[in-house]
Amino acid sequence: MKILVGVKRVIDYNVKVRVKADQSNVDLTNVKMAMNPFCEIAVEEAVRLKEAGVASEVIVMSVGTTQSQEQLRNAMALGADRAILVEAESDVEPLNVAKAFAAVVEKEQPGLVILGKQSIDSDNNQMGQMLAALTKRPQGTFASKLVIDGDKALVTREIDGGLRTIALTLPAIVTTDLRLNEPRYAKLPDIMKAKRKPLETLSLADLGVTSKAHCRIDKVEAPATRSAGIKVASVDELISKLKDEAKVI
Amino acid sequence: MTYQAPYKDMQLLVAQAYQQQGLDALESLDGFDPELANAVMEEAAKFAAGVLAPLNSVGDMQGCRFQDGNVITPDGWQDAYQQFAESGWIGLALPEEFGGQGLPKYIAQPVNEMWLSANLAFVMFHALAQGGSEILLAFANESIQKRYLPKIVSGEWTVAMALTEPNAGSDLGALNTKAIPQQDGTYKIKGQKIYITYGDHDLTDNIAHLVLARTPDAPTGSRGISLFIVPKYRVSEDGSLGEFNDVHCTGIEHKMGLHGSPTCSISYGDQDDCVGELVGELNQGLMAMFVLMNEARLSCGLQGVALGELGYQRALEYAKERTQGTNSQGEKVAIVEHADVKRMLLEMRSETFALRALGYQIAAQIDATESAVDKTESNQIKKDRVALLTPIFKAFATERVNVMAGQVIQVFGGMGFVEETGVAQIMRDARITTIYEGTTGIQARDLMFRKVRGDQGKALTELLADITQLASSFESDQVFAAMAKETQQVVTKVTSLLDSHLLNSQGNTSSSDATSLHAVSVPFLEAMGILCCTWQLLNVLAYQQVQENTDESYMQNLRALAAFYGAYRLPSAMAALKVVENAGAGVSEYEF
Repeated sequence: MKILVGVKRVIDYNVKVRVKADQSNVDLTNVKMAMNPFCEIAVEEAVRLKEAGVASEVIVMSVGTTQSQEQLRNAMALGADRAILVEAESDVEPLNVAKAFAAVVEKEQPGLVILGKQSIDSDNNQMGQMLAALTKRPQGTFASKLVIDGDKALVTREIDGGLRTIALTLPAIVTTDLRLNEPRYAKLPDIMKAKRKPLETLSLADLGVTSKAHCRIDKVEAPATRSAGIKVASVDELISKLKDEAKVI
Repeated sequence: MTYQAPYKDMQLLVAQAYQQQGLDALESLDGFDPELANAVMEEAAKFAAGVLAPLNSVGDMQGCRFQDGNVITPDGWQDAYQQFAESGWIGLALPEEFGGQGLPKYIAQPVNEMWLSANLAFVMFHALAQGGSEILLAFANESIQKRYLPKIVSGEWTVAMALTEPNAGSDLGALNTKAIPQQDGTYKIKGQKIYITYGDHDLTDNIAHLVLARTPDAPTGSRGISLFIVPKYRVSEDGSLGEFNDVHCTGIEHKMGLHGSPTCSISYGDQDDCVGELVGELNQGLMAMFVLMNEARLSCGLQGVALGELGYQRALEYAKERTQGTNSQGEKVAIVEHADVKRMLLEMRSETFALRALGYQIAAQIDATESAVDKTESNQIKKDRVALLTPIFKAFATERVNVMAGQVIQVFGGMGFVEETGVAQIMRDARITTIYEGTTGIQARDLMFRKVRGDQGKALTELLADITQLASSFESDQVFAAMAKETQQVVTKVTSLLDSHLLNSQGNTSSSDATSLHAVSVPFLEAMGILCCTWQLLNVLAYQQVQENTDESYMQNLRALAAFYGAYRLPSAMAALKVVENAGAGVSEYEF
C-alpha cells in the first residue's frame, strides 16, 4: 500500500508572528519557516506504518513555493521515500490545494492519504475534508490513533467529551491530531540520504488545476493585548462585575 | 524558554565563511554546500532545543554521583546519550570509512555550537570522541583503528583523555605513569590520573582511555612521553569485549560548574593487570597530543561563543519581560528600554557574534587547507593563519564569556543571584573554559612566543595587512569612517610594537626582556582579540552589503552592532597595547 502525506511549509512555531505594516497579511519576509507540526505527525505516522510493514511506499507532497523543497527533504530525512512539489505562489486556498491532491491521488492511487488536521498558519482545517469529498473517499479526521486492519482503517478521533473510533474502508483520508504520535528527530545519515531521494516538481497546470480565489483578505490585525486585571474587595463585587460589566453570568 | 539556536546568524555566517574561504571551488567538498549545512543545522537545532537543553539545569542541580566505585550520570543523561548516538551526531565530522558522515568542519562548527549552548556538561564526551578519533586516525596502527574507531564513531564506546596527574598539570613533562613493555608487544600501565572528563560513567559498555605514560628507559621530561590506548574492558581481535582491564575510578571531583560532566580520578593497574597498546611511536606522545590540543582549543573557544549566546538569550528574554522604572514620559517600561541594560546586551551580542564569525572562518579555513589540491605556499600561509588565530580565539572567547556571564546576572539583578533562574549556572560552567585545554596564560604565551616571535611576525603581519585592507574600504563610509581609522591606528600600533618590543631587533633576547614580554602577553592577546572581532564585524558588513536578498532590517541591526563595537570596545584594544608597551618590566620589581 502506498501512503500519500501532505506537507506544508509554514512559519516556525517558535517565531513571534508579526503583522505587516499595511495590515495586508502576516509578515513572512526573512522569518524562519518549518514543516507544519501536524504534517510532521502525519509523516511520522506514515513512516511508522511503513516500518511495521503495512505500507510499501511513503510519498510526501506539498503545494507551495520552491522553498517548500526544504520541508519535503526534511520529510524524506524522516523516512518518506519520494516527494512531489506542486509549485505555486504562497497562500493557495484549501480548495485549490485539495484539487491538486485529488489529481495526484488519481495518478498515484494511494491506499491511504494522511494529512495534518490543519496548518498552524491559517488554521483552516478544511483540506482533508475537501479532499475526501473530491475523491469520494471516506474520511477520519482528528485521529489520535490509527490502526490498519485488513481493508479497514480504524481511526480513533478526538471529539467533544471523549473518543470515538470509526472504521473506514480503504482507500481513505485521515487527518492527524496532536496526540497521534510524537515525531522522531531525523538522523544525520538520513538527512544525507534525503538529498538523493527523488523529488518531482509539477505545476498546478500539469495537474489540470486552475487556482481560483474564493475569498479575499481584507485586513490582518494582531490580537488585542490583554489589559491589566483588577482586585475586587468582595465576592459580591466580583459577581456584580461578572454580571454587569463582563456580562458572562 | 530554554535555548533556541540563533539560526539566522549561523546560516549567514556559515554561507559567508564557505564563500570567502573558497570552499565552493573544492571538488572534495562537492555536495557539502550551505544547502546541506542548513538541513543539518535545522535538525540539530531541534535536537538541541528538544532533547539537550531541557537537561541542562537537571545536570547542574543533580550532578554526577559516585557510588560503590561507579559513576552515575544525572537523570536523563542515558536516554539523551542513546538518542544522540543513534541519530549519528557523534560521527558528523568523522570519516565514512568508520561509519561517520565525513562532513567538513565548517558544517560541524555551528552544529557543535548548538550542542555546547544547549548543554555543555552533557556533550563533553563529543569533543573527546572527535579528538580521540583524529589521534587514532593519524597515529594508531590499522589493528587499533579497526577495533576501536567504528565503536567510537557510532558512540557505542566513549573516549577519555588521561593526561593530568597530581604533579603534572600544564607541565606534562612531569608525569610519571608507567608503561612496562610485555613480551606480546603490549604494555602494562600503572599510575594515577586526575581530571579525566567522562573517565568513567554509565552511558556505554566500554571506555577507551588515551593515556600518556613513560616507558622504563624513556628520556626525562616531555621527550619521554608515549601515548597508549587503554580500554576499561579489554578488546579482543574481533572487537568483542573481554575481561575487566584493571581501570578503576577512585572518585569524582565536586566542582564549581559543569556538574553534569563527571571529572574522574582514575587508577590504572592497581592489580598490575592493566594492558595498554602503544599509539604512534615511542616517546612521541606529545606530538599526538598537539593534534588533539589544536582541535580542543578551537572547540573550547567555541564554548565561549556558545555560552555567550545562551547568556545573551536568557538576558534578553528577561530584559523584555521585567518591568522596572519609567521612561521619559513616566510610563512603566521593561528594563530592555533602559540604556545601560541595552549597553550590556549589546556588549554580549556584538562580541558573541564577532567571535562566532571568527570561529566559523577558522573552521572553513581548516577545511580549505585540508582539501587543498596544491600543498603550496599559499596553503602554508592559511595554516599559519589558523595557528595564529587559535590561541586568540580560545583565550579571548573564554575570557570574554566570563565577563558576559557576569553581565547576564547583572541584567537579572537580584534574581540572577538566585539559583532558581538558572543564569548562575552559566557563570559557574564558563569559569573552567579559561583554564582547561591550556590556560589563558598559556595561550597568550603561545601567541606571543611561538606564533609571533616563532616566525618573526610573518603570520601576524599578513593578518594585519588583511585587516588594514578591509578597514580602508570603509574609509569614506559615513558611519564607519571613524571606526576604520581607529582600526588602522590599532594595526599601526601593533606593527610598531612588533618592531620595538615583540621581535627583538637583533634576534637575541635577554631573559629579562622575555620576562617583561611574558608579563604582558595576556594584554597583547586581549588587544588582538578585540582587533579580530572588529575585523570580523567589518568583514560581515563588507560581504553582506554586496549580497542579494539581504534582509534590510536585519542588516540595519548588524550595522548598529558593528558601530557599537567600534565605539565601545575598540578603544580598549589601544589601551591594552599601551599596557603591552609599558607595563612589562614592572612585574619584576615587586618582591613576593
